[in-house]
Amino acid sequence: MSDTLDCAASPAVEGAAPEVKITVRDLDFYYGDFHALTGISCDIKARSVTAFIGPSGCGKSTFLRCLNRMNDLIPGTRVDGTVLLDGQDIYGPGVDPVDLRRRVGMIFQQPNPFPMSIYDNVAYGPRLHGVKKKSELDDIVRDSLERANLWKEVKDILDRGGLTLSGGQQQRLCIARVLAVQPDVLLMDEPCSAIDPTSVQKIEDLMAELKSSVTIIIVTHNMQQAARTSDETAFFLQERSGEPAVLVEFGRTADIFTSPKDKRTEDYITGRFG
Amino acid sequence: MKRDAKNLTNTLALAAFWVAGITTVVVLFAVIGYVFINGARQISPEFIFTNPHGVNAEGGVWPTIVATLYVTGLAMLLVTPVAVLAAVYLAEYAVQGRLVRTIRFAADTLASVPSIVMGLFGLALFVESMGLGFSVISGALALSFLMLPIVMRTTEEAIRAVPKYIRWGSYGLGASKWQTVSRVVLPAAASRIITGIILAAGRAVGETAVVIFTMGTMINTPILPTDPGRSMTVHLYQLSMEGINMPAAFGTALLLMAMVLAFNLSARWLLRRNRRMQG
Repeated sequence: MSDTLDCAASPAVEGAAPEVKITVRDLDFYYGDFHALTGISCDIKARSVTAFIGPSGCGKSTFLRCLNRMNDLIPGTRVDGTVLLDGQDIYGPGVDPVDLRRRVGMIFQQPNPFPMSIYDNVAYGPRLHGVKKKSELDDIVRDSLERANLWKEVKDILDRGGLTLSGGQQQRLCIARVLAVQPDVLLMDEPCSAIDPTSVQKIEDLMAELKSSVTIIIVTHNMQQAARTSDETAFFLQERSGEPAVLVEFGRTADIFTSPKDKRTEDYITGRFG
Repeated sequence: MKRDAKNLTNTLALAAFWVAGITTVVVLFAVIGYVFINGARQISPEFIFTNPHGVNAEGGVWPTIVATLYVTGLAMLLVTPVAVLAAVYLAEYAVQGRLVRTIRFAADTLASVPSIVMGLFGLALFVESMGLGFSVISGALALSFLMLPIVMRTTEEAIRAVPKYIRWGSYGLGASKWQTVSRVVLPAAASRIITGIILAAGRAVGETAVVIFTMGTMINTPILPTDPGRSMTVHLYQLSMEGINMPAAFGTALLLMAMVLAFNLSARWLLRRNRRMQG
């Protein structure tokens, strides 16, 4: 992995191969007969935060789940088009979605710790992938909880159930759990919509810290949050019900929020609908 | 005038509900009270821990307690893996369609087969065809058929009750389906599964027809699974129907009720404890 390019601050090398983490070309997505997304193309830059915004039901979460093949778990779904992760087609033959999901971790709207201890929650992923030694697991658990800014709060109660934590702590526990398997990409599906404002602040700070090592994509309903946290923003819209949603505009967050190119983007961010 | 009639109907309906409700309570207390009054005098360490002796089965009921717990415990061991694996298949793996509906319908029908029919089947298959004779293992196999649908359906419900987003969390970490099921879903459902097993065991403890056909009636403290034995229910039946020893029959009945109650209470306790831990 090359760390020489600072992608967010160097527009001069935009499009250069090393800084694009995920390339999507002409993606269409179907739930059975329902055509949910059409013609999505975009490049997501490595080690940056990309926000997906748009009204409810515009397919942004669906698109997010295309990026780690989570939609495979829903019967009757179908994907057309290409999604490249580091240049490799994740829907290509020989790609195991189980391996892919280790590299592309996911945080959900509802904090979902497993009904087991804090320690076991974080150690779950490493254990799945074969780490058995106690000392090694201890290190991973500590390191992951530190990276998720939760270590100080839980270091004395690691054997307590994950579900005994507050909602915001649970969400950071889930982030620690994902970090423990060393993903390259972190998909966050409205991670702050079910937790209190103080915790939201903590998670946003955490995103800023993590983006130096992980590519983050966040789906959010909250436009202030998108503006605060992201480097780039994608605006999705389903124009008429029953029709597939499209990616209306994709660009630097500052540009999207100050000088959107598309009238529909402008209408949405100024609060005229949605 | 009209309003009075309405009020009268109301009062009558209320009275009918009240009487019906009270009847239930009275019946329950009559049964428990009657058994308790007649049986309590019998209960003593000697009654519980010694063998019956003499023509009228004086003395204790120890061998029947052993036989009952032995056959029930063995049935639980036999039924649990099959029922849990079948439930995992139904809830997690099977494509929800005709086959699954057929399996569920078969389980529900199996649950409603009269137990004496199951006993007859056990007699024909295990005791005679398979040559296991009247034995604890024959009884346990036949009882496990009776418990299978109960444990399977409660396990299936328990697995389905584990929230989807907890599974997603596991898949999102790169877990395979089996890893998710075995490391997250089953542990999360465990206490409800165990509750189902205990409730089914409570039913097995109180079962008579199946064990009289398969374990026999011989008073004997079984050691090996191939030994015959007499369950508490069968002992109770013999003591009372052959008029041998009514007081001992009531003593046995009281012990039996206490045992079933213990099973049911421990199931409730487990469920409540778990709810507190996850809530």
